[in-house]
Amino acid sequence: MEELKQELKAKIVEQLNLEDVAVEDIANDDMLFGDGLGLDSIDALELIVMLDRDYGIKLTDPKQGRAIFESVDTMAAYISEHKTK
Amino acid sequence: MSKGVAITGMGIISAIGNNVEENHQALIHGKKGISRVSKIKTIHKDDIMVGEIDRTNQQFEEQIGLSQDNNYSRTALLGVVAAKEAIKNAGITNINDCKTGLISSTSVGGMDKTEMYYYDYLTNTSTQKYIEGHHAGDSTQKIAEELGIEESLVTTISTACSSAANAIMMGARLIKSGQLDRVIVGGADCLSKFTINGFKTLMILSDTYNTPFDDNRKGLNLGEAAAFLVLESDAVVKANHKKVLAYVKGYGNANDAYHQTASSDHGDGATLAMEKALKVANLKPTDIDYINAHGTATANNDLSEGRAIIRIFGNEAPDFSSTKAYTGHTLAAAGAIEAVYAVLAIQNSVVYPNLNFETPMHEFGLRPQLTLKEKSLNTVMSNSFGFGGNCSTLIFSKGA
Amino acid sequence: MGSKVYINGICAISAQKTFDNTTFLEEIELYNDTVINAIDPNYKEFIPPASARRMAKGIKMGIVASKLALKDATLDNIDAIITGTGLGCVRDSEKFVSAIIDHDEQFLTPTSFIQSTHNTVAGQIALELQCKGYNFTYVHGSNSFESAVLDAKLQLEHDEARHILIGGVDELAPHTIKIHRLIGHIKAESVTANTVLNSNSKGAVFGEGGNFFVLSNEQAASSYAEVQAVKLFNTLNKSSVYTQAIEFLKENKIDHIDALILGCNGDVEYDSYYEGLRDGFSNVQQLYYKQLTGEFYTASSFAYWLGAKVLKTQSIPNVVKLNSVDKKSMDSVLIYNQYRGENHSFTLLRKC
Repeated sequence: MEELKQELKAKIVEQLNLEDVAVEDIANDDMLFGDGLGLDSIDALELIVMLDRDYGIKLTDPKQGRAIFESVDTMAAYISEHKTK
Repeated sequence: MSKGVAITGMGIISAIGNNVEENHQALIHGKKGISRVSKIKTIHKDDIMVGEIDRTNQQFEEQIGLSQDNNYSRTALLGVVAAKEAIKNAGITNINDCKTGLISSTSVGGMDKTEMYYYDYLTNTSTQKYIEGHHAGDSTQKIAEELGIEESLVTTISTACSSAANAIMMGARLIKSGQLDRVIVGGADCLSKFTINGFKTLMILSDTYNTPFDDNRKGLNLGEAAAFLVLESDAVVKANHKKVLAYVKGYGNANDAYHQTASSDHGDGATLAMEKALKVANLKPTDIDYINAHGTATANNDLSEGRAIIRIFGNEAPDFSSTKAYTGHTLAAAGAIEAVYAVLAIQNSVVYPNLNFETPMHEFGLRPQLTLKEKSLNTVMSNSFGFGGNCSTLIFSKGA
Repeated sequence: MGSKVYINGICAISAQKTFDNTTFLEEIELYNDTVINAIDPNYKEFIPPASARRMAKGIKMGIVASKLALKDATLDNIDAIITGTGLGCVRDSEKFVSAIIDHDEQFLTPTSFIQSTHNTVAGQIALELQCKGYNFTYVHGSNSFESAVLDAKLQLEHDEARHILIGGVDELAPHTIKIHRLIGHIKAESVTANTVLNSNSKGAVFGEGGNFFVLSNEQAASSYAEVQAVKLFNTLNKSSVYTQAIEFLKENKIDHIDALILGCNGDVEYDSYYEGLRDGFSNVQQLYYKQLTGEFYTASSFAYWLGAKVLKTQSIPNVVKLNSVDKKSMDSVLIYNQYRGENHSFTLLRKC
């Protein structure tokens, strides 16, 4: 699980071009959206594609993303439960 | 600056008809043009529905009389067909008998060819003729050439889904300021894999018929279309005893300055655009008889636009409907398509139904007009909103 | 005619170090190439990293040039934003099209699609400045920027706005370069800024840039010049360019000009469009600039920058001189541009 979390952090930084953020800067329970890392709705769409491409998880409604992408903890939990690849 | 801007001709091609009359018939008979995509090969064909025009590029090339070696994109073909109808409808036999300009608009331009030959260009010289059509002004130059407009003011606006509304706005201002005596205004956009996939990534495409202002709306259907209007000055109208179909009475553009693609929750930009248009038209909200809403059937637009309508009109909004359920969202062309529909509504004294509506939205009590309603219309407001926070409102009127 | 229109703030991001407005083409970047990139200012100084991370180069150039033009005009905000662009953020368009093809329409992400929209630069500037006013983007080949000027001028003359930000912006992208080489729009052989005009070969040196201006209907301490008139033509015969120029000057009640800025780019097929003016105005100081910026659909916005600086400083850098006619004081500048025989424009700038 910890390995998956590290992997997710690296992917978030890379995929979302967070040039000024280091993987170590992101805590497992940091809020990714809003006041935390400051991600927005376009980032959410980018993350939805990442779930599909890297873990075989298809979300059809962007609203589903809100709870899943709350933090690295919630993302890791969802992915380990639902991943198909 | 108190001059009138007369509409003396219109032309249109959309998923519900190849000319003005066919569009009018479809509108009053509630006949929508939404289907599965047939002309573009896409892996999303079973997940989306579109407003596609039946005719093939080859049929258009024959209709226009183009040679085999032409480099027209589908956008240019649609644009020429609609613009020619508008000229004919306005009874223009010599386009250069007064200072005539053209303001067109497009978002995809020649993207259909770009995506088809992207890598092919590198090896196949026969496809390279399309490279020059990459810039968005290319279709406009072709329309100008086909209409015989030379040595004149010709330009193109691209502000996403409000593009054609903005072309009409700029045209009206050029007439009012006396820069031009006549201007052909409108827009054209064809369907492309580019837009299908682009809107797919935004997750705002419906897998079924779009349902504007319905609580259970699932997103938009993309459409392709072109429409053009002929705007003429009072002097030209008088000198040629022209029949005036309607007038461009008001216009306003504002920016939501909220998000790259989404509209603000309370529709700030939309509210500003409607306010500006009312002010230019010197009208009160109660003077508006019908609103042809942007109404794309995305969760975001219809809520934001609905709230903006309430901010301007209160809970007693005039009759309103979105005609996107008929045509799909025709992107840059939408503002011109719906301008033609607004003029047709005024001419025929009808409010078009908002098709596919079942459940009112839970956020407010607004209910679109659901059946064809006959009533005399003096003023019609038309909204068009686009990416980049671009919000435009036009007001058309029966009298000057 | 209503109020006069002034250029009150400028910023050019180009293949030269022009974004530093305290100098005027003193130090020239010489190249020997067929494609030249704009020199990047330190974007991070102007755009917070959280916003910059998704921005295309065209957007960055647009935002930084806007901010510097506003600063130059000592304004915090404006009433409207009007941009011109030939191809928009075409690098992102390329990314999205190639991703569609390469990945068979799967696993596509929205960012490059969003940035492909032609009005993305104007929209992002509005977001950055929180400007809720009028926001237009013109995309008409080599008349994209001039359309923006015409639109702004109409509003300012009729007092519909007081200050309008206008700009021309285009960026280079690899596939676009590749295919334009194939059809000979880009020169086959490298040239230098000094030799491009006499290269005697087809095509141009492609470039990129973002040139932004604050236009106002009141003169200010920062004013550079008055934009007296702009006129656009979709088509124009080579033989009628000179007569149309004279007609344009006559319409504006001008009987002589002090400088003529031409858009010649060293393309042996199309530079002949400038011959009529070169001959007709042979006793006038002639200037050219595309040898410094490269050719792109909104390159002519640099001619406005050049004309504005010339009129304000009353000096002409040697590097832009096409002939040499010594002139002590300059009052009027005529700009003429076209690209590949299409979309011609005349602009008249006056000293103020």
